[in-house]
Amino acid sequence: MAAVKLMDFDKALELFEPVLGFEVHVELNTETKMFSDAPNPANERNHDAEPNTLIAPVDLGLPGSLPVVNEKAVRSSISLGLALGCSIAESCRFARKNYFYPDLGKNYQISQYDEPIAFEGSVEVQLEDGTLVTIPIERAHMEEDAGKLTHMGGATGRIQGAEYSLVDYNRAGVPLVEIVTKPIFGAEHRAPEIAKAYVAAIRDIVRGLGISEARLERGNLRCDANVSLRPRGQEKLGTRTETKNVNSMRSVERAVRYEIQRQAAILADGGSITQETRHWHEDTGTTSPGRPKSDADDYRYFPEPDLLPVQPPRELVEELRAALPEQPVARRRRLKADWGFGDIEFQGVVNAGLLDEVEATIAAGTTADAARKWWTGEISRIANEREVDATSLIAPASVAALQQLVDAGTLTDKLARQVLEGVIAGEGTPQQVVDARGLAVVSDDGALIAAIDEALAAQPDVLAKIKDGKVQAAGAVIGAVMKAMKGQADAARVRELILERAAQ
Amino acid sequence: MSEIIRWTAAELGAKLAAGEVSSVEATQAHLDRIAAVDGDVHAFLHVNEHALDAAAEIDRRRAAGEQLGELAGVPLAIKDVLVTTDQPSTSGSRILEGYRSPFDATVVARSRAAGLVGIGKTNMDEFAMGSSTEHSAYGPTHNPWDLDRIPGGSGGGSAAAVAAFEAPLALGSDTGGSIRQPAHVTGTVGIKPTYGGVSRYGAIALASSLDQVGPVSRTVLDAGLLHDVIGGHDPKDSTSLPEAWPSFAAAAREGATGQVLQGLKVGVIKELPDSGFQSGVASSFHAALKLMEAQGAEIVEISAPHFEYGVAAYYLILPAEASSNLAKFDSVRFGLRVTPDGGGTVEDVMSLTREVGFGPEVKRRIILGTYALSAGYYDAYYGSAQKVRTLIQQDFDAAFAQVDVIATPSAPTTAFKLGEKIGDPLQMYLNDLTTIPANLAGVPGISVPSGLAEEDGLPVGIQFLAPAREDARLYRVGAALETLLVDAWGGPLLDRAPILGGNR
Repeated sequence: MAAVKLMDFDKALELFEPVLGFEVHVELNTETKMFSDAPNPANERNHDAEPNTLIAPVDLGLPGSLPVVNEKAVRSSISLGLALGCSIAESCRFARKNYFYPDLGKNYQISQYDEPIAFEGSVEVQLEDGTLVTIPIERAHMEEDAGKLTHMGGATGRIQGAEYSLVDYNRAGVPLVEIVTKPIFGAEHRAPEIAKAYVAAIRDIVRGLGISEARLERGNLRCDANVSLRPRGQEKLGTRTETKNVNSMRSVERAVRYEIQRQAAILADGGSITQETRHWHEDTGTTSPGRPKSDADDYRYFPEPDLLPVQPPRELVEELRAALPEQPVARRRRLKADWGFGDIEFQGVVNAGLLDEVEATIAAGTTADAARKWWTGEISRIANEREVDATSLIAPASVAALQQLVDAGTLTDKLARQVLEGVIAGEGTPQQVVDARGLAVVSDDGALIAAIDEALAAQPDVLAKIKDGKVQAAGAVIGAVMKAMKGQADAARVRELILERAAQ
Repeated sequence: MSEIIRWTAAELGAKLAAGEVSSVEATQAHLDRIAAVDGDVHAFLHVNEHALDAAAEIDRRRAAGEQLGELAGVPLAIKDVLVTTDQPSTSGSRILEGYRSPFDATVVARSRAAGLVGIGKTNMDEFAMGSSTEHSAYGPTHNPWDLDRIPGGSGGGSAAAVAAFEAPLALGSDTGGSIRQPAHVTGTVGIKPTYGGVSRYGAIALASSLDQVGPVSRTVLDAGLLHDVIGGHDPKDSTSLPEAWPSFAAAAREGATGQVLQGLKVGVIKELPDSGFQSGVASSFHAALKLMEAQGAEIVEISAPHFEYGVAAYYLILPAEASSNLAKFDSVRFGLRVTPDGGGTVEDVMSLTREVGFGPEVKRRIILGTYALSAGYYDAYYGSAQKVRTLIQQDFDAAFAQVDVIATPSAPTTAFKLGEKIGDPLQMYLNDLTTIPANLAGVPGISVPSGLAEEDGLPVGIQFLAPAREDARLYRVGAALETLLVDAWGGPLLDRAPILGGNR
């Protein structure tokens, strides 16, 4: 494959205006699937199921089977629509999207076509420096997922060249909400950052609603990024590409940047963009063409005759609206004020994705500063080192318990870090680790005085110096005592005791 | 020939309850009859090898003093469009040869629960597409009145089985007349219930918005008894109506007293002139109306200006839905698989399997439907057809504001010869001229024998249509006319059918 030419990003922005659009698929975590009573693999209870064990006749398209709409999934979809500021349709139908593919049991997907359940909304997203950007939402509609194909025997793991393919229908029928934005203008050089922030905003919203596990790496949230460029001053939109398989927030950012640079290079050379689906490759940071996607794709949509229109009663919509959690941006505004953080401190927490953890830690009984320091400091450091998510290491309640031991004088900061390691290693609660490892500060003055006497004996001139007013001479003795106590002493108390002895 | 097979289901049920005959005896008598005549009639695609076991179980339960339903122990023939766990289900197609469903259709499960004994699966046009059973992949069924003639379709097997005394009762499905037109040509009774009145779960879908399962029998009362068993809400079918239904058997018994005809307003459609019907069909129809008039019924001419577009609209809506419903037959998960010599891609295998597995009528309708749903043609074809459908519904609304029931001949001609229309699909389609509007509007229809055509001595049926949800009215009116006619004939019409297999 010929090397792909990329234009310098700033140069690309000088010549062209990028226009973005996103389609985000959210897997709902309902107990059962969209149209069958099979357990839903996108619910945490059903993770790690063996292939083809979470299936019902409808998921396989068995003759005579019929779909039945999952009421909970409809409620989740309405809640999501409302959280996106959308209007909720008084009546909307499902439609069949017809195409043959072996991961699609019926060879049609039940989706919504011209009658989405939610339409016309907007979502406020916050960039890393705190800037707010409003993303216009065109629609959010309900549909079912397809099964999963694994291509065997080929070098690339793709369908081309494979000897055979395995199909797992567990995912077939998983409830999805597809959120489609309107074209996003004016993103300019912040386009990649906006892309990332938008996906983060959707993730935060669905997490806040509790309707999805919202893990990108698990595919609970899947983003297709549409990018087109138009020359400065041109009204008409350029040809777009749709990049799929972007499975992390960072990839979304990189993929948008890459597409801008790639398309700019082609256009600047007088070439034209092919309207197509492109595949994001995380390892190389590049996209490659998938199947061409033209407007001539004919899915022969028609209203699904096996299902009645969904007509959410207005009282239900209002009930769900009243139950909406605070919007993420509003919540941040409130928390920042409550905690008294400066911009930099607060964005540090937000950007690390630790807002929930810090809030929960404070709620469990610490100061805001202490909670922030633990999470963005030592815990994040260990998470980076181990390349895991900080949130997976320790529960907020344990962090609070740890800090309380420090506040009570049971632990010094240094000891507390050792206890943290023990907790992360699974040795128990902070108190249990303190007990098991014998890490508490020695508060028995007798033991300290004995150690001080020993240290003074080794450095006989120190007492005289202190008596002469050279108080800093105590430092050497404190160090020796702390060493003798293996760090499990309160240095301030040791100092006090040394000064007392000098005064005798 | 055992007299058991001549009994109606109601009579047999009563004798079973009284202990005059056992279900094993009754089942054996019908199995013997099938063995004797089905070589000629070919009503069955499969005879249930477990039938006697099921019958013995009912006898055992009855002997144990269990309270059983009116039809417990009565044999039941099941159209092969309905999936069954204990017998294969092919829908008359090669592509499903030997297919075993992991679940029972709701109507089958309800019949089983009511103690009916499934005696076999009946022949039909492939995927219920046809009016003669000549499109069955397993060869045609022959009309018991004349073995050279068609038994109607698509449910020719169920109608012929009942007419040939191979079963007292059968289940059918009616998408455009597949229960009523076979009843007409075989001198039997068939009802298409209100759309949503009987569950479609487990009926292999032809056209989801038109399909309806219903009873096939020799008397109106028997149909009512079976309808009572299979009808009512089913949460597995979203289009099934939630309301409770009156007893249709009770309606039939009430109707048999004849009083219902006093003051009954019977609509006759102005736009269906006698010239459109075989003379013997038209004269039988008018004779039946005269008989009703003599009992106090009032014949009222009504207008249904859009009925003439019914066939055209039907042959767009049906293929459109069928093209999508039949997409699941792709060899990937079940059914026939034909692999090209030397292998091929999954598309090659799907394509060849469908090429080999579907018959010409199925292919014709898939192509028609695919075309009708295509982008750019949708509005002109599928969209217009749906508008016609609305107009026909409005015709019915206007008509039923004036009359209690509408009467038409059940089909334009008596049974035609096998092979006569197989090469002319349009002629074949016109067979359903008078039955199709009921499917398009979702209203119920019944076909009751009205006599024999004088020119060929073959059976003729009269169709009554009622407003949606008024199925009970059809049972009252149908039973009233049936009583008058049977009295006039001095016995059931089928007594005049030729004796089959008498010397076998």
